[in-house]
Amino acid sequence: MPGPHQMKTAKPKNFKDTILRIFSYLWDYKFLLILACICILLSSAGGVLGTYFLRSLVNDCIIPIKDGNLRPLVKMLFKMGGVYIMGAAATYIYSRLMLYITTNTLKRIRCQLFTKLMTLPVKYFDTHTHGELMSRFTNDVDTMREMLSQSIPNFISSSFTIVSVFILMIILSPILTLLVLGMLAIMLFVVSTVSRKGVGFFRKQQEAVGAVNGFVEETVEGQKVVKVFCREDEVKEEFEKLNANYRDAAASAHTTANVLMPIMGNLSYIHYALTATAGAYFYLKGFIHDLGTIVSFLQFTRTFSQPITQISMQINSIMASLAGAERVFAVLDEDPEIDEGNVTLVNARLDGDKITETDEFTGKWAWKVPSEGGYEYVSVMGDVKLNNVTFGYEKNKTVLNDISLYAKPGQKIAFVGSTGAGKTTITNLLNRFYDIDAGTITYDGIELCDIKKDDLRRSMSMVLQDTHLFTGTVRDNIRYGRADATDEDVERAARLANAHFFISHLPEGYDTVLTGDGANLSQGQRQLLSIARAAIANAPVLILDEATSSIDTRTEALIEKGMDTLMEGRTVFVIAHRLSTVRNSNAIMVLENGKIIERGDHDDLIAQKGRYYKLYMGMFELA
Amino acid sequence: MIKKFSPCLKGYGIYAVLAPATIALEVILEVFIPYLMAQIIDIGINRGDYSFILQRGALMVLMAILSLFCGALSGAFAARASAGLAYGVRKKLYEKIQDFSFANVDKFSTASLVTRMTTDVNSVQQAFMMIIRSCIRSPLMLITATIMAFRLNSQLASIFLFAIPVLGTALFIIAKMAYPRFAKMFEKFDYMNRRIQETLIAIRVVKTFVKGDYEAEEFEKAADGVRAAQVKAEKLIITNGPIMQLTIYATTIAICWFGGRSIIAGRMEVGALTGVITYVSQILMSLMMLSFVFVSIVMTRASIARICEVFDEIPDIRDNPSSELKVSDGSIEFNNVSFSYSKNKENKVLSDINLKIGSGDKIGIVGATGSAKTTLVQLIPRLYDVTDGKVLVGGHDVRDYKLEELRENVAMVLQKNVLFTGTIRDNLKWGNESATEEEIIKAAKKAQAHDFIMSFPEGYDTELGQGGVNVSGGQKQRLCIARALLKNPKIIILDDSTSAVDTATDSEIRKTFREELDHVTTIVIAQRIASVIDADKIVVLDEGKINGVGTHDELLGENAIYREIYQSQRKGEQ
Repeated sequence: MPGPHQMKTAKPKNFKDTILRIFSYLWDYKFLLILACICILLSSAGGVLGTYFLRSLVNDCIIPIKDGNLRPLVKMLFKMGGVYIMGAAATYIYSRLMLYITTNTLKRIRCQLFTKLMTLPVKYFDTHTHGELMSRFTNDVDTMREMLSQSIPNFISSSFTIVSVFILMIILSPILTLLVLGMLAIMLFVVSTVSRKGVGFFRKQQEAVGAVNGFVEETVEGQKVVKVFCREDEVKEEFEKLNANYRDAAASAHTTANVLMPIMGNLSYIHYALTATAGAYFYLKGFIHDLGTIVSFLQFTRTFSQPITQISMQINSIMASLAGAERVFAVLDEDPEIDEGNVTLVNARLDGDKITETDEFTGKWAWKVPSEGGYEYVSVMGDVKLNNVTFGYEKNKTVLNDISLYAKPGQKIAFVGSTGAGKTTITNLLNRFYDIDAGTITYDGIELCDIKKDDLRRSMSMVLQDTHLFTGTVRDNIRYGRADATDEDVERAARLANAHFFISHLPEGYDTVLTGDGANLSQGQRQLLSIARAAIANAPVLILDEATSSIDTRTEALIEKGMDTLMEGRTVFVIAHRLSTVRNSNAIMVLENGKIIERGDHDDLIAQKGRYYKLYMGMFELA
Repeated sequence: MIKKFSPCLKGYGIYAVLAPATIALEVILEVFIPYLMAQIIDIGINRGDYSFILQRGALMVLMAILSLFCGALSGAFAARASAGLAYGVRKKLYEKIQDFSFANVDKFSTASLVTRMTTDVNSVQQAFMMIIRSCIRSPLMLITATIMAFRLNSQLASIFLFAIPVLGTALFIIAKMAYPRFAKMFEKFDYMNRRIQETLIAIRVVKTFVKGDYEAEEFEKAADGVRAAQVKAEKLIITNGPIMQLTIYATTIAICWFGGRSIIAGRMEVGALTGVITYVSQILMSLMMLSFVFVSIVMTRASIARICEVFDEIPDIRDNPSSELKVSDGSIEFNNVSFSYSKNKENKVLSDINLKIGSGDKIGIVGATGSAKTTLVQLIPRLYDVTDGKVLVGGHDVRDYKLEELRENVAMVLQKNVLFTGTIRDNLKWGNESATEEEIIKAAKKAQAHDFIMSFPEGYDTELGQGGVNVSGGQKQRLCIARALLKNPKIIILDDSTSAVDTATDSEIRKTFREELDHVTTIVIAQRIASVIDADKIVVLDEGKINGVGTHDELLGENAIYREIYQSQRKGEQ
């Protein structure tokens, strides 16, 4: 991961649109922004004018005074003082304004980015790594910060200074200005040559960084294996090579960045020297009539080269920020999950056959289906049907082929098969992480895509293969399943999942803070917690994807009762490696290459003596 | 801090010295230029001396060119020195991590170690570059420019004696006040980033529980925290600019006033005035630079602290490098062993473990999740050290062996195992660098891996992706067993290493172990009773204590826990 200070060589693709878009954000603060711009101009005008006044000070208030009259000098100094104070005040005001505008804009962009990520389909997260998305927030937004708070004000004030100084120089002495033009050409040439060279070096450095980071990640991840095999010396040696390579690349890259400043600075001194010599020469020749002009002009040559150096240093960082902004905007422009569903999930109260909607949590749910002239209520039963479903994560590569299955309310359906057979895919289609390519799925007789996505997901509890816990207390983590659950509810859910025992043995019980994805718990304990989290949600459909794979068989037997209670009256989909877990299902589907090759209950499948039988007898290895 | 980092500069110290040295030269030259200019105006023009003007002009250009080269060179030296330092720090960190025991690795997470080696080292590199470029430049500029100004006109220059301390103190106070605010800001940043990372990793959980809006709300709070902290911190820093401007301007006006009066009174020349004014900006700019350096050091302090944490971490396990002791056989003995992961001895994971294992025995260990099976076996190759008691291998305390000798003889297949990028052959050779083709195939055959390896078109030369992504779970486990066997160990420990292997292959592996590796002590941790059923001795662990030891039949008769485990797995087979 490149640090925030590193110059990036990536060039933005669409310059104009990106800049316009950044300004559209800033436009929210248009009055403040205009005020800031005025202050920036005043601030640089303060510097320029102050220098210009030096000329009158010498020419009009010092040199011609022979009688010791100090009044003109005092007057001039007050004038200068006024300009200077204005300049300093303007600097302070625009810095504060820009700080306010920048931090608020960045907060807005960060929040937009985050909110956007929450709406993106799961597919997006499959194709983008966490590291990549994290760097949108860290590196890219950071470079935008630099641009908003430093580069843009700098650019405005530098450009203004260059132009106004140049004009004043022409007014002061057109001859000496010719020298300025010559110097300017040389400076531009140097800047473009050095930066062109730098681009290549920075690219090389980026590659070297990647190699080092990759190696560190792999070997630190496998640190324990390295130790068990006493391979410390070998990996050190290998690392040494990559590390040295990175060092050399970094040295060349930073050299090009470092030399620019002294070269530009000293070119301006050469310019200064030439101007002083030429000025003195011209003065004696009579081309220049007063010493004050030379003094001011000399001051100007310094003021002139500084903003040029500034801008040349800014260009790299502006380019990097624009590229970063472009990447941020690209995320903001992604299509969110499509949701055309209009059937919603409501809490329901049953009076005989009549369903009434209520705001209270009743533990009963109903679908609110819009119909002509009002709504119809359909009780949520958990009746799921898949008809001839075909699906592929990528086009032309089907993962599920013509799958048909029915789950009646309260039934337990199990999926068995090798990794990649499509078990998890089926559950991903049920909660619409992905949308099917062909066929239909109905839920209580309603087409799946007619149900509002959020409500569909609320009606299903899932325990996923990879348990993920959040930083926070154990209680918070369980309550994640239902925000309004009481402490008693939390404890009941924990007891159901047989998690209560180990939780009460944690140092702070339910208030123990978990960090780093629950790093202080064993894999089995984390699975118990995620079962409790699903239990508290109390949804009519339950999906267990390898939910007990890391729990030993004895503990699994202990939680079996809890699981049975949990599954009671719910439609359950189970995926498990361990066949003992799926044995008592109403139907077991054996999947292979996206097709159901065997189906039936345990006894049927054993009697068939097919794939399931072989698996069960341990004659076949599940990959 | 300097003591910890200076060895990292080894070999690059010369650049770290040359960079400020060349910069010093640049500064001196740079400082002389306004002095010469004053001479041109006051002496050259006044006397109308063309040759003096041209001569001084040429000298000025020459000095500027020289100064340019010095400046460029010092830039290059600084780049080299800082890249060298970063290299040294990374090297030291990496080597330190290699010395870490398992307990040390557990303490820092993998992700945090990686960040320390990358982002943190990077910011140290940047700060160091800035320091060596300014630490000499700014003070030297300050001193020489002041001296030159005094030479031009000591009365005028004495104004600096007021301005410099005022500005210096102001900048120092600001930087000092800013530090805690920046530290706070970084904390807020860390918190926000952690929220993002957690949500990204758990995106499916967030979606299944429909928590997108909730997370977005929480995030907004975090982002607002960052915003507020940033405003609070930077609000201070931005006062730097106007304060410096005000000081420069005030000094300029004061100099013009006193200088103007002197010139009018005929006590001074115009050139001296402009020269001194040029020095004003040089001096105050260098003070500004110093305050920047100060701020950037402040901002890197967090990174430095994180790197030092790794440097300062004392490896839990001390090697005994001078030990000549050889592991004579594969016998193991646990003597009143207790163990705790934390320093807190109350929180014992293992207690009162007494167990004797003869050389060549086949041992099975079973027990519930969290019963400390893995912890127990990790004490044998000294991946952790006991808290109390002793572990003996080959009749000697494991702490008396050289670590390499011990681990060469105790092979362990970890539960969470890792294969590395490279070919299958490369990975197997981890067990024994000098293994012949024949030995490799023999080990693979013993681990029942040869057949599936040969089924790949490239055979042993098949490239494995990072973490061995292109082989199945069961295949990966068998490769890891083969890798361990290549060490030709006296003791081999399989920690739930055949869980993804089908039962038929599993029993083949066990058969090979019994028949061909009868002299090797084998310890198998397993969930499946079938994997340990024919062991010489089965150890039942329960909450860190030995609950029973015996053969399958014995335990089935007398051990309630064992019976329960057995029955939980039998149920379906009836």
